[in-house]
Amino acid sequence: METVVSQSNSVHHYLRSKKAFPNVWCAGCGNGIVMGALIRAIDTLHLDKNRVVVVSGIGCSSRMPVYLDFNTLHTTHGRALAFATGVKVARPELTVIVITGDGDALAIGGNHFIHACRRNIDITTILIDNKIYGMTGGQFAPTTPGGAKATTAPYGNYEKQFDPVKLAIGAGASYVARGTVYHVQALERLIVGGIQKKGFALVDTISNCHTYYGRFNKEGDAVAMIQDIRKKAVSIKTAADMTEEQLKGKFLTGVIHETDASEFCDEYQALVDRLAGKEGE
Amino acid sequence: MNKNGSKARLLQGNEACMLGALYAGAEFFAGYPITPSTEIAEGMARIMPKRGGKFIQMEDEIGSIAAIIGASNAGRKSMTATSGPGFSLMVENIGYAYMTETPCVIVNVQRGGPSTGLPTKISQSDTMQARWGTHGDYTAIAVAPSTVEGCFTETVRAFNLAERFRTPVTILLDEVLGHMREMMIIPEEGELEVIKRTIPDVPSEWYRHFEMTPNMVSPMASFGQGYRYNITGLTHDRSGFPTAVAKEVEEKLYKLRFKIERFIDEITKIRVDKMDDAHIAVFSYGTVARTALQAVKMARERRIKVGAIQPLTIWPFPDEELKRILSSVRKVIVAELNMGQLVNEIQRIAPRHTEVISVQRYDGNVMTPQEIFDKIREAVK
Repeated sequence: METVVSQSNSVHHYLRSKKAFPNVWCAGCGNGIVMGALIRAIDTLHLDKNRVVVVSGIGCSSRMPVYLDFNTLHTTHGRALAFATGVKVARPELTVIVITGDGDALAIGGNHFIHACRRNIDITTILIDNKIYGMTGGQFAPTTPGGAKATTAPYGNYEKQFDPVKLAIGAGASYVARGTVYHVQALERLIVGGIQKKGFALVDTISNCHTYYGRFNKEGDAVAMIQDIRKKAVSIKTAADMTEEQLKGKFLTGVIHETDASEFCDEYQALVDRLAGKEGE
Repeated sequence: MNKNGSKARLLQGNEACMLGALYAGAEFFAGYPITPSTEIAEGMARIMPKRGGKFIQMEDEIGSIAAIIGASNAGRKSMTATSGPGFSLMVENIGYAYMTETPCVIVNVQRGGPSTGLPTKISQSDTMQARWGTHGDYTAIAVAPSTVEGCFTETVRAFNLAERFRTPVTILLDEVLGHMREMMIIPEEGELEVIKRTIPDVPSEWYRHFEMTPNMVSPMASFGQGYRYNITGLTHDRSGFPTAVAKEVEEKLYKLRFKIERFIDEITKIRVDKMDDAHIAVFSYGTVARTALQAVKMARERRIKVGAIQPLTIWPFPDEELKRILSSVRKVIVAELNMGQLVNEIQRIAPRHTEVISVQRYDGNVMTPQEIFDKIREAVK
């Protein structure tokens, strides 16, 4: 691992400490852990705060940009990636990061999600995956496990689930990783890897919503839920030596998929270069 | 320039609209194919990469409007083009552009509706949607040309209004205007005014993205320029942070409305023809304004004192100016390709002594001069 030299010894260098707080998150929410990991990842990469754009949709996780001292764009429900695509295409030199939730990215924003993957546009997407709609009070999401209870699945969820990792791989993203709010340092490294990767990067981040999901499904408080995440997480390296039976009920973490596919803005610039000097209108 | 070295071009309305956008400095276009607007996207796909501008075909119209709002906040003049169904999909994010005071231009080449309606037929039935499409309180700007040349010049003006007032501007074309070909002379560079948004002149630590100023329009920095600020569709304070403080909420909504309405004289553009001695006026906009001119000509040949009024800016509705014009007429005939939309606005503002007559056509065909002429003849009886 490379040596980490911090630009600032304090996360406050990256927070709008005076203006935007207190935050809206419940005590024990994983969103703050992810925000900390994102800040440390950006610090590790020595990115200029003026050159970072953080875009989000609507939901608990999507409130994150408001607290961060970058160029921040809190958009409409599900559309963060479409807005971010506009920003990135307009200014490819900027680092564009999207913060989204499982409902935001996979339900209402599903179309933008698969097409951002398909274009392989250089955007790093951190999908905070807590398996429920938190902001609206605990409705089931496309990631809510079968049988789990939610306010709109009072008898247990009878729908099938999306796996955002498989979805992103299938749709053409060049960097697909999964982290958790327990494995914080690993999460930081996955975010660093995603930002460094030229192309679409997904960091699916398994998190806890003890307020709704935990309470409805008797999974306990934040600590109990995060311990459960720890138990179920298996790194992709460890998993290589495990049987299907042993992997039942577990999920894989780490960099699940990485390729060197060409990136959208590069392709467009190549076209511009190819056409250079040719008569315009 | 054409082969003979002349700036004269035979163009479709859609093409003229696209060229007007480029003249105005558009650097970013996002769109999704939809009849009858597609030629605008096709032209942009051909020209933008040659000029170093950006074109992207998005996955839907929701994504298209989102992308142009993102690009505008990254400092690029931006546009999208669509028709009724696509415009309906866009309205939530158009509301986001009103709320976040993001300059951008949306072209709606109208076709028959509701729903999929008549994709290849003319209509003016999105007139009220251009004003009231998105939820909430706001003031909208919309322009409606009637000629190919007007498609060019009104697109330039739409960009100027968007940049001047930091707001989305809708251009309402219609299927016939979009596809009709006419000759026009492309203006030389510098011939038409081109406005850019005001940029901040304060140090970044003092900058507030939604600052209140004497003319209520805030100077606008772009992403990456060293001003780090927050943009949100939540009701926000002058710095861009969410607020529910009554005074701040009220100020925000007041600003969205009056930064435009207080300057309505800058926005209003009305063309009048033969109104000096007219007892009867024909009020119409878009393609119908051409029909109206012909009907007025027919009536004048029969010594009927009738004139034509055509608003090029239809929103905000030019109440005061129209009240002045209508004060001298006994009757006003409002001709529209819908079941009566702007006629309600005319009813609202018409002087008590002025009778309002509605002429409607909503079968997907253009209105003929005879239809309006017949109403004029009835009106003089």
